[in-house]
Amino acid sequence: MSRIDVRKTYKLYIGGQFPRSESGRSYVVNDAKGKLLANAAQASRKDARDAVVAARAAFGGWSGRTAYNRAQVVYRIAEVLEGRREQFEAELRAAEGITAAKARTYVDAAIDRLVWYAGWADKITQVVGNANPVAGPYFNLSTPEPSGVIAVVAPRGALLGLVSVVAPAIITGNTVVVIASEDNPLTAITLGEVMATSDLPGGVVNVLTGSQAEIAPWLASHMDVNGIDLTGVEDAELAAELEVAAADNLKRVRRPAPGTDWLAEPALDRMTQFLETKTVWHPIGV
Amino acid sequence: MSNPTPTNVFEYAPAPESRAIVDIKPSYGLFINGEFVDGHGTSFKTVNPATEEVLAEVAEATDADVDEAVKAARRAYTRVWSRMSGAERAKYLYRIARIIQERGRELAVLESIDNGKPIKESRDVDIPVVAAHFFYYAGWADKLKYSGYGETPLGVAGQVIPWNFPLLMLAWKIAPALACGNTVVLKPAETTPLTALLFAEICQQADLPPGVVNIVTGAGDTGRAIVSHPDVDKVAFTGSTEVGKAIARAVAGSDKKVTLELGGKAANIVFDDAPLDQAVEGIVNGIFFNQGHVCCAGSRLLVQESVADEVMERLKRRMATLRIGDPLDKNTDVGAINSAEQLAKIRELSQIGEDEGAERWSAPCDLPANGYWFAPTVFTGVSQAHRIAREEIFGPVLSVLTFRTPSEAVEKANNTPFGLSAGVWTDKGSRILSMANRLRAGVVWANTFNKFDPTSPFGGYKESGYGREGGRHGLEAYLKGADS
Repeated sequence: MSRIDVRKTYKLYIGGQFPRSESGRSYVVNDAKGKLLANAAQASRKDARDAVVAARAAFGGWSGRTAYNRAQVVYRIAEVLEGRREQFEAELRAAEGITAAKARTYVDAAIDRLVWYAGWADKITQVVGNANPVAGPYFNLSTPEPSGVIAVVAPRGALLGLVSVVAPAIITGNTVVVIASEDNPLTAITLGEVMATSDLPGGVVNVLTGSQAEIAPWLASHMDVNGIDLTGVEDAELAAELEVAAADNLKRVRRPAPGTDWLAEPALDRMTQFLETKTVWHPIGV
Repeated sequence: MSNPTPTNVFEYAPAPESRAIVDIKPSYGLFINGEFVDGHGTSFKTVNPATEEVLAEVAEATDADVDEAVKAARRAYTRVWSRMSGAERAKYLYRIARIIQERGRELAVLESIDNGKPIKESRDVDIPVVAAHFFYYAGWADKLKYSGYGETPLGVAGQVIPWNFPLLMLAWKIAPALACGNTVVLKPAETTPLTALLFAEICQQADLPPGVVNIVTGAGDTGRAIVSHPDVDKVAFTGSTEVGKAIARAVAGSDKKVTLELGGKAANIVFDDAPLDQAVEGIVNGIFFNQGHVCCAGSRLLVQESVADEVMERLKRRMATLRIGDPLDKNTDVGAINSAEQLAKIRELSQIGEDEGAERWSAPCDLPANGYWFAPTVFTGVSQAHRIAREEIFGPVLSVLTFRTPSEAVEKANNTPFGLSAGVWTDKGSRILSMANRLRAGVVWANTFNKFDPTSPFGGYKESGYGREGGRHGLEAYLKGADS
């Protein structure tokens, strides 16, 4: 008799744990040929709120770590991902129906992207901060600080797209609640497993799977979310609605940018988008 | 005016600045495409808040007028300003800076007449910093490639500014926009339009190409027309958080780039080892500068419990020496509240402070019979939940809370939806740095307060808005970014 494979149950990733949706719902995720891959958890409003609570709880500790330490943690995610590359290649091929070579390209790029961002942790302050020569006897320094809890709607690229929007937000000290690609959510949860075993504190990244149109409005209107990244919102009307909701507490908004080449080296703006500039003045005297 | 305190041995003689230097016209039009034109709305009056004297009739811009201004700005952008080299743009901005310096006294007097702020502030703070902004950003115009934000302007900038620092806010908006190659349509506040209109004359004197700067006057409707105009590429606003949210909603789903500089409820934190006399000066400056009409005003005093009584005693003694009255008098410390409407709001919130159980104390002083006045006021026994501790009053009203440990101070300071500024007073360097790190605010003044400089970025966290004005960071708002 041939062996019966042990199928994986895909759940959410919230606060370092892997709970099912509190709503008890799941939805069918098919492969590129329309064949069942798995049932993914369908997150609810309550799951989104739990994720925000976890992200807020993690913010003080994560943003308070040294940049050197954050760099090592994100580099560690790359290390663990490197060790599980075959699994991700297989998942990508199954989910997106792409060739082995293409899947390898995306996995490689995702690992390299994490390494690239890891290196920014202790450099971004030097590149975007500065001392200001004010006309008076004052020491005056501008430094960047994270905005807080960021809601991210991930784009379709199941692994590279996700890494490309999450890494810049967390490397600068923010914590995130990310809505994975609705069509390709499974890799996101497997990436959650990688993050959970990479010294990343629970709650720094929280992954929700389910309906973007259902969950995103709750995050956009949540008063304890400081920023929202609409990169993965393809419906212009929904994007505008989310932007309106985000105005209630003046969230920093990143608008959708169709046609992003995720394989290209990113610019700094994905990091600076969710950074504040703090300027400290002190008199100079004897 | 007299100052009935026991310590006051010698009375000050009145020392009014002459207003003869300023020629206020009976009526003003809109400044569009380099010319003054009539507006098509209902004209409105601007008054001197210290006397209630009507100063001039000012045109109200309708949607059609705003459209004309945007068209002029677009033409000037496409045909002239975006094509001009940075070095040439710089020279126009240097000219403007120099004319502001040359006409500084005139501008200062006019600002004090129209706004009600003391002449010593408009003369020694506002106008010099205005000139400095144009001078600073002039120098960036031909050096944008070193900014880190690219060299590509956005296009037409729609800018709406408040009444508390009329000309300074104009400079914060116009100088970086022009340096980056944008053209502008700016609306000054309806209660303080006069210095912006004098600035329009300065643009004419500088031979600035027509349409590069357009000034349209009016109230909320005119502002809305600018913000929602489809051919405006960038919106910059300074004002209330409420209006900021409305603007964020209005631009949702569009391609407009937005920066918002909104309200604040800054904590000014005094530790027991602070040099108390300096701290008291800082508290006074923090909340009574410009009648408290300052978005970053230190309106919540957090004082360490062990020195609270002593600080309050010294603060009240100092407040009793503040001279309130004629804004044009060179000895005046606190001028007039900008409008009857604002005065009503300050009175209302102060009454709520009393009703909620806080203890009110006002500096003993005689207020003039005419005009809009409010004595410097302090509330003690304030709790975190009191509205006077949570809402921006935008007037000379200080709420005092106490704390025991640095962590409690941080907790209370950050317990607000705002995050514009904060103050820390202590002799201990490591404590300053740790407090500065933990305070969620865009500007932290340590052992000083309310300092501004063109080279220094300014702007808020959370509901105090987004974006920075001033410094290299201020260029980001007016450029497309290095990668696009």
